[in-house]
Order: sequence, then structure tokens, then C-alpha cells
Amino acid sequence: MFDTAMTLNDLLFLMKGAGMTLAVTFFAVIGGTALGLLFGVIRAQLNPWAVLPLTFVLDVFRSVPLLIQLVLANAFQSIAGLQLPPFATSCIVLALYTSAYCTEIVRGAIDAVPSVTRRAARSLGLTWGQDMRFVVFPMALRVALPSWIGLTLGVMKDSALVLWLGLIELLRSGQILVTRLQEPMFILLVVGAIYFLMSFPIARLGGQLEKRWREND
Amino acid sequence: MFNYTFQWRQAFQKLPLLLDGALVTLQIALLSMAMGIALAVLLAVARNSKSRWATGPATVWVEVARNTPALFQIYMAHFGLGSFGIHLSPYVALLAGITFNNAGYLAETFRGALRAIPGTQMRAARSLGMPPVQAFRLVVMPQMFRIAFLPTTNQMVWAILMTSLGVTVGMNTDLAGITQDINVRSFRTFEIFALAAVIYYLIAKAVTLGARLMASRLFRY
Repeated sequence: MFDTAMTLNDLLFLMKGAGMTLAVTFFAVIGGTALGLLFGVIRAQLNPWAVLPLTFVLDVFRSVPLLIQLVLANAFQSIAGLQLPPFATSCIVLALYTSAYCTEIVRGAIDAVPSVTRRAARSLGLTWGQDMRFVVFPMALRVALPSWIGLTLGVMKDSALVLWLGLIELLRSGQILVTRLQEPMFILLVVGAIYFLMSFPIARLGGQLEKRWREND
Repeated sequence: MFNYTFQWRQAFQKLPLLLDGALVTLQIALLSMAMGIALAVLLAVARNSKSRWATGPATVWVEVARNTPALFQIYMAHFGLGSFGIHLSPYVALLAGITFNNAGYLAETFRGALRAIPGTQMRAARSLGMPPVQAFRLVVMPQMFRIAFLPTTNQMVWAILMTSLGVTVGMNTDLAGITQDINVRSFRTFEIFALAAVIYYLIAKAVTLGARLMASRLFRY
């Protein structure tokens, strides 16, 4: 097991796969966070009945397996003749998927700001926008950030599913090496180690942030 | 644009097959949750113990389960173990992978719940003459499950969604597997996968609703 045919070039190939994983994650998280912020504010501020359609759609994104979502979106884009490359399809699906979770995080964080604080801000003459920017945002950020870090890591792990659309990300490149070198255990361990190294330090950071901010409350 | 005729009838004709698959999906999810909960209790206790021999392996399990993709864990069970001459069928590999994942996530949930239970509970039970295992089982564990109930039901929904990953290791009896099987025969990808998505959604909702009903019956006091 320790005598392997894997070369430095193969490791480089895995690194390229990891780069693809990070690229997909990056676009998904950027897009998902932007949409999540928008939807989260809408869900926290407007009447729940008025935003029921939005709530329902976001719930669907969280209740249908990501793999099915990816296949559906890919089939749809070819039906609609959009001719999107798999990379774009993957990023869009993952961004919507991320936004569904991000919305809940943002909504929870906004709801965690005491309503008396907000009323005090408004009665001091702040506009809604100013109240949002200078009062709600700083307070909500401390609640939301640890969960948001968790979400980002979750999306990075879930991005492994884009291999189904033919993207060669980390896990898929590992699989390609397995087919060639016939050493599944060793190569998968290397792949797992790369995932672990990308995820664990940031997970730790998130955990520490959460603990420190809770102590100061 | 939209130079395509939808053939919904073809998809609906396969509905009985898909529902059979949904049962298998539910079965895998329930089995993986049952085993995952049992393992997670052990892991949570091990992580809280003072012995390094207990905390070490438990921590490794939890951190690996939480910091690598579920798909990777299933691959490990299906392809990885092949290096040692252990060849698991897709069903067993899928079940093993999801159980490993569930146990890791639930262990953290249970650990948090254990921390929320006052230590005096255990000491009171012990001073009433209960042996440690009995005190844990009869006094601490029910409270732990009660605190962890909601995250556990969330994990159950996750387990259902994770079963769809089986199709990547050749699973062809669960909902995703059957869907893919029909797809490669009929090439009605959109219709058949849309139907599968609806079924997954309904299962997830049914589980959430059932859990809420259960909670209102169980935790009335």
C-alpha cells in the first residue's frame, strides 16, 4: 500500500481537480450569498404570506437532492437551447442551492436583532436603510458569520456532485487516477486528505469565532 | 428555443417503479439513521471521556465525517475497501457511507446536548444507587434525545437526500437509481427526473411533518 505508482504529475493532476472544486465553490458562494442576502432581507421584513412563493421555492431547493437538481438543470438548459457549458450550469445550480440555505441564515440573524433596538434606531430618526446598515448589519453579522462559514464548507463538499455533469473536480480526478493506477485506497486517501486540509482549518476558525463571540455577549 | 415536446405520460407510466424505489430510499435512510444514532451515542460519550484511547478515534471519526464530502465517504466504502479485497455491493456501500456520515454529524449534536444537561443529574442518579450505564441510559439519554430531537430530524432529511448519491456507485434499486435506469432507456431526462424530484420533496416534507407531530406528542410536558 505504501509502495505506490503515483507520481508527482498525478499529484499535480489532483491539485488541478482541487482548483476546479474551489472555482465552482467560489462562484456558487458569491452568487448564493448575494441572492441569500436579498431573499433573507425580504423574508425577514415582509409579511410571511406575501413571500410564500419565495419561501416555497427556496424550500424545494433544500428538499430535493442536489444530484437531481443538477441533472434537471442540465436537461432543462439543453431543452431551452441555452447551450451553457457544464461549468456554468453547475455554478448556477450550486448558487441557487447555496442561496436557499443562506436565506435562512440571514433571516435568522436579522430576527435575532431585538426589535426594541431597531425601534430605538428608527425613533432616533434613522431611515430604514440606515437602520439596516448601521444597526442591524453589525449585530446580525456576528450571528450569521459562523453559520455562513459552515455553509461555505458544506457547499465545497457538496460541489463534489458536479462530477455527474462531467466536470473534472477533485473527486473525479481521483477516480480517473484510480482507473489508471488501480490503487483505490491510496488515491482516495490522498483525495480525502486534500478535502480535509481545505475544510478542517476553516471549520476550526468558524468554531473559534463562534465561541469567542458568544463569550463577549 | 423550446424545440422540444414534453412526454409526461411516459414518466407517469413509470410511477409505480419510482414509488418502489422510494421505499428502498426510505429503508436505507431509516437503517442508516438507526445505526448512525447508536454509533453517535457511543462517539459522543467517547469524546466526553477522559481516556485518550477513547477520545482519539472518536475525534478522528467525527472530523473526517464532517470535513469530507459524503460522496467521498461512499466512494471509500465502495472503491477504497477494494484494495483490501473487500467488495461491498452498492447497497451496502451506500448504507455504510451514509451511516458513517450520520454518526459523525449526530455525534456532535449529541455532544452539544450532553453538555446542556446539568452534571448534577448524573450525580443524583448515581447517589440513588444506579450503576453508571443505567444512570446514563435512564436519566441522561432521554434528556439528550429530547434536546437533540430537532437536529436529528434534520439529519434524517439529509440522509434521505444523501441516498441519491448511490447512483454514482451503481446503485439501481433506490429512487435515484431507478430514475437513472429509466433515463438511460428512454432519454426523457427532464420529465423523469422532475417526477423523482417531486417524490423526494414529498418524502422530505412527510418526514418533517411526521417528526413535528411526534415531537408534539412526545414532549408535551
